[in-house]
Amino acid sequence: MDNAIDVRGLSCPEPVIEVKKALSQATSGEFTVLVSSPVARDNVKRTATGMGWKVEVAPEGEDFKLTITS
Amino acid sequence: MSKDKILITASGIVVGVLAVALVHLGNPLNMGFCIACFIRDIAGAMGMHQAGVVQYLRPEIIGLILGGFVASKFWREFNSSGGSSPSTRFILGAIMMIGALVFLGCPLRMMLRLAGGDLNALVAVPGYVFGVWIGILFLKKEFTLGRSQHQSSANGLVSVFLALFWLVLLLAAPTFIYFSQEGPGSMYAFWAVSLGAGLLTGVLAQRSRLCTMGGIRDLILFRDTHLFTGILALFLVALAGKLVTGLFEPGFLEQPVAHTDGIWNFLGLAVTGFAAVLAGGCPMRQLILAGEGNSDGLITVLGMLSGAAISHNFALAGSPDGVGLNAQIAVGVCLVILILIGIGNSGLRSSFRGKVGNTRSLN
Repeated sequence: MDNAIDVRGLSCPEPVIEVKKALSQATSGEFTVLVSSPVARDNVKRTATGMGWKVEVAPEGEDFKLTITS
Repeated sequence: MSKDKILITASGIVVGVLAVALVHLGNPLNMGFCIACFIRDIAGAMGMHQAGVVQYLRPEIIGLILGGFVASKFWREFNSSGGSSPSTRFILGAIMMIGALVFLGCPLRMMLRLAGGDLNALVAVPGYVFGVWIGILFLKKEFTLGRSQHQSSANGLVSVFLALFWLVLLLAAPTFIYFSQEGPGSMYAFWAVSLGAGLLTGVLAQRSRLCTMGGIRDLILFRDTHLFTGILALFLVALAGKLVTGLFEPGFLEQPVAHTDGIWNFLGLAVTGFAAVLAGGCPMRQLILAGEGNSDGLITVLGMLSGAAISHNFALAGSPDGVGLNAQIAVGVCLVILILIGIGNSGLRSSFRGKVGNTRSLN
């Protein structure tokens, strides 16, 4: 499975839909998600955390990289 | 309660209080805030339509854009971006406005009208939810307007300069700017108060991402109550405020700036809700996005401005007398356009093509 999800430039709620789809098909592992806006960053983080995953956020240039682990 | 939850609840409460206060300070009844009405008034002030009773450069709109800008700059979230299907977004903005003006209010005013006892808005609520639900069906079919790109800061600042330009025109009041002498456009709070209320709302909405469409969309799509908490708090506070101040007048008849055509109240906001899902935000949210440097948000706002002009120039807007034939046809045409936009930008496009057959790539 490809655990890198690039949702840069997509407007809400598309980033959340993409990430939720990936996370709901897995029970463990690590995902990296690239987002380009603070809104998508916060929404993806809240969604993943709500599904019981741990999320770390790091800036990456003008974007953000979220590392999601079980 | 998490920090985010407190922020979204507090935003709803403050906007609810401001909406009630603005009416006491001069805004039309049940119109403390109405993004559609206020953008329509700006279109009138700029001479884009000639409906003499709805022309004023509403400082609340200016404040919302500038508030979104100030907050995004202060918290380092200003993000100059755009380029995601701008022409489609322009049309979605125009349609969002046409639907709202059939009902006579944006979704925010729908809640404020309901809080004031206007039961016609009670018909519009299921209409709005229905529209959002249809939009969600397309989201589930992978609807997307494509990716935006980072852009130069100068491009993201266009919305700020536009807001400042309107502010200068408001204060200078040159003769080519129209100001209503009667009707809703002539009713307003002192400009600095309106501007301040808009600024505060803009800051809070930028921080909390308050969105009337997002609240309902996330509740249906993800069972996520986060944004819904904000709009619920806003409604309850506005309701309490109107009860306390004696502005709660329950009924269908003779409500301020409203009509009793139930089916068109329902369908008008269904159009707005559907368009808002495809555009990724309600009218207020588009103003905040524009302030944050998102030119896709700004192009949607410009679409709304044009939609207001189209509505009044072609008699598509509702009025206290009801909804005319032109408006009824426009609602039908808007629904068809939205469905076409939905199909054209989702996975349905390929399945439709598959059924029609005989398609050939240009590449």
